[in-house]
Amino acid sequence: MVLTTPFHPRLAELNTAELWGHWSGHLSATQYTTAPKHEYFGVRNAVGLFDASPLYKYAISGRDAERLLGGIFARDIRTCRPGRAQYTLWCDDRGFVLEDGVVFRRSANDFLLTAAEPNLSFLQNQTGSLDVTIDEVSRQFAVLAVQGKRARAALASLVPEVEELRYFGHAPTKIAGTAVTVSRTGFSGDLGFELMVPADDALAVFDAVWDAGLGHQMRPFGDIALDILRIEAGLPLIGREFTSSRYAFNDHDRFTPDELGLGWLLKGIEDETRPYVGRRALLAERAARASRWSTVGIVVDWAAYDALYYDAGLLPPKDGPAAAWETMLYDESGARAGYATSYVYSPLLQAHIGIARVRPELAAAGTRVAVEQTVNHAYTIVPATVTTLPFFNPERKTSMT
Amino acid sequence: MSASHEYDAIVVGGGHNGLTNGAYLAKAGLKTLVLERRHLVGGAAITEELYPGFAFTTFSYALSLIRPVIVHELELVKHGFNPIYMPTTFAPMENGDYLLLGADRDENLREIMRHSPRDADAMDRFDHDLTRVLQLLRPLFDRPPPNIFGKSPEDAQDISWLLGHLGSAEPKVIHDAVRLITGSITDFLDDYFESEIIKGHLAAGSTTGTKVGPMSAGSGLVFLMMAMGEHDGNLGSWSFHKGGNGGFAQVLARAARSYGAEIRLEAPVDHVLTRDGRAVGVVLTDGTEFHADIVVSSLDPRRTFTELVDPRELPTELVDSINRFQFNGTSAKVNFALDGPPLYPALGDRTDQYGGFISIGPSIEYLERAYDASKYGWYSERPYIDGCIQSFLDPDMAPPGKHVMSCFVQYAPYHLKGSDWDSERDRFGDVVQATLESFFPGFSDLVLHREVVTPLDIERVTGLSEGNIYAGDFLLPQMYFFRPAPGWAQYRTPIDGYYQCGSGTHPGGCVMGAPARLASQAILKDRSRG
Repeated sequence: MVLTTPFHPRLAELNTAELWGHWSGHLSATQYTTAPKHEYFGVRNAVGLFDASPLYKYAISGRDAERLLGGIFARDIRTCRPGRAQYTLWCDDRGFVLEDGVVFRRSANDFLLTAAEPNLSFLQNQTGSLDVTIDEVSRQFAVLAVQGKRARAALASLVPEVEELRYFGHAPTKIAGTAVTVSRTGFSGDLGFELMVPADDALAVFDAVWDAGLGHQMRPFGDIALDILRIEAGLPLIGREFTSSRYAFNDHDRFTPDELGLGWLLKGIEDETRPYVGRRALLAERAARASRWSTVGIVVDWAAYDALYYDAGLLPPKDGPAAAWETMLYDESGARAGYATSYVYSPLLQAHIGIARVRPELAAAGTRVAVEQTVNHAYTIVPATVTTLPFFNPERKTSMT
Repeated sequence: MSASHEYDAIVVGGGHNGLTNGAYLAKAGLKTLVLERRHLVGGAAITEELYPGFAFTTFSYALSLIRPVIVHELELVKHGFNPIYMPTTFAPMENGDYLLLGADRDENLREIMRHSPRDADAMDRFDHDLTRVLQLLRPLFDRPPPNIFGKSPEDAQDISWLLGHLGSAEPKVIHDAVRLITGSITDFLDDYFESEIIKGHLAAGSTTGTKVGPMSAGSGLVFLMMAMGEHDGNLGSWSFHKGGNGGFAQVLARAARSYGAEIRLEAPVDHVLTRDGRAVGVVLTDGTEFHADIVVSSLDPRRTFTELVDPRELPTELVDSINRFQFNGTSAKVNFALDGPPLYPALGDRTDQYGGFISIGPSIEYLERAYDASKYGWYSERPYIDGCIQSFLDPDMAPPGKHVMSCFVQYAPYHLKGSDWDSERDRFGDVVQATLESFFPGFSDLVLHREVVTPLDIERVTGLSEGNIYAGDFLLPQMYFFRPAPGWAQYRTPIDGYYQCGSGTHPGGCVMGAPARLASQAILKDRSRG
């Protein structure tokens, strides 16, 4: 039986489209209205709410908690001070990514990890003789993401801490009398916050947030809008940009952080004082320049795209959710260049964009590629340009004002 | 002798392997006769109206291992192939809780986490690791075992294919395969899981039809065999065939007939006719003779080598091998006609949990204790039961609102100590019914009719020696190169023109058809060589 999240009673009332998908065994709104693109605009121009409660959550504590996570995570957890959070990932011994997640450091020996997939026995199996306790707390907390241009303004009266929170900072606060953790995190690539709320008090907190949003055009947004947002932000999604190496059948479905464009997480990899799973393989990959792929953005030539359809007597489609399949890319000689893992029309860029994997020699911004497109039931191609990620990175995302 | 008694090939036995073999031979253009002792085809894969309006799968009751290649090669879709995939599996617990798994991975993880959060990602790893092993073994089910004792260039080629295939696998996959093939399922599951119900549920199929407990070495092998099937590319998935497994046997019979095979019912074969070390035909118990240069036995190895032919015509070593081939029938069926759906208290009026297997085996310990009795010649007083209420997915099998329930029960050893099955049949039925009553209060009030099928009944009706459902135990020394005997695993026999195609040959039992298909290939290869 599919479950509902603690916020569901309120979100169900707001879901006039009555369209729900499933996320980790929970109902999760595909869209709340008949036009998910407007939910997207709601975030970029006002403020949106997203229910991220189905995330898996693990409390990791103990004298050796930092040592454990330091030995697993590719990103150096030692640089994450209490009150800070990190986007991180972890690899297998061959340097292939297992999963990513966000880890919150609550105190020296006390962490909370959120991830898309269950990880309890994986983490416990890594502990060995370390003094560390790992608790599954997924259902104890609901997560409400408050994302978008006016997120700070909407929350300011209710949660004064948001005025002081730096990007990826978090702080304890109280909403409607309930102890809540507010963090400046999210998956929209915009200014935004996430509220981690005890599940039992979720509705009272939701109501307070909703009231605070009055006058700010606050609205909930669903999975389709989130997908456009996160693709513009260049954020990888498990199941799209990568799958866990542990469940891959061969190396075609395994990727290293460098291949995923996440090499920046490996800062300090030369530091011999922190051995971690996959480090040697990742160093070897760099030394041998052995990466098979580079992850880049692609922006489709809008004029060519439009011409393709108008010349065929059609209107160029620019709506709809991100493509559900990989989209093939070719280089100028017609040879396979790689593929877009996420491909969608960006209302802000006024063009189709994609997160793509290309052969490393094609990774330079400005490189021309061709995107496979079906027009009149036949394959054709449309030109596109390689760019750096993210596509959209507003100053407000990280600024203090 | 009338001309109508002359054939190119005669298949003894009209079970699913006999029909499959007959269909392949007829499709290749051979004038083929399939002889079935009973009044209906199917062998142990039959569906019978044993109580008015209720279709009972008396013996075999679910489908998974049928090789996809057979479905396509024999055009079974054209003849009514219609597997109904099981949407759920349900495992009641002794404390009133349950494990209910379905088709959605995320929902299954939620259900698993209810019992153990730790076992959620363990299940993903277990599934993946198992799938890798199944991928490795899968090609072995569509090829004959290499003759490792043979010296011909062809034998060398077969052996080299096998070594190459295994050699291309990752070390972990090979190691997992070896651990499963040689070890206990309990040891394997302990590497992943902590929850008793999850382990019990997964281990339940690890002893099916074989005299091992989940803690015995060898249970991993049975577990693998039960996972080797597939539907639509989903490895290890199971279905009910429309009309039960008897419905599937009818599909095979239609396919065989469409290629020109003749099927004679109530035609019990007494023995195979031989002349100068060659098979030349068969004689029925009433003396009627049928002649063919090719005679194929789909019966089990004991009947194939010591009853249909004179063992004195065979090499002593082969006869010795067959005499020590283990049958050890250890399973029984108790089938019910029910006046309505059984209810599970924790689920109230819900019945959606009955879409597939209802597995009464809530822990490894429960299963192992059920096994204990069989070691000492007695049946389990609290048995493992694999229940199926097929009428939920196939309402044609029972009157509206009523249900037919198949219960596969272990352990019920063929050889009872101090009693016999004719004396114990009813009490055994009571034990099974009482066990069901303990999980589904009110169950007995629903029973309109009960059919108890002991190992002795399986043997009497189907001819499977000692009631062994696989025509010979799934034990490592009786598999692959060694099934049914060293040097005789390529479907041939020491008698020219006499072949074996039953579940006693590789890959083995279950409604798989692979032995019959591979046998037909050996037969046709020999024939083309003249």
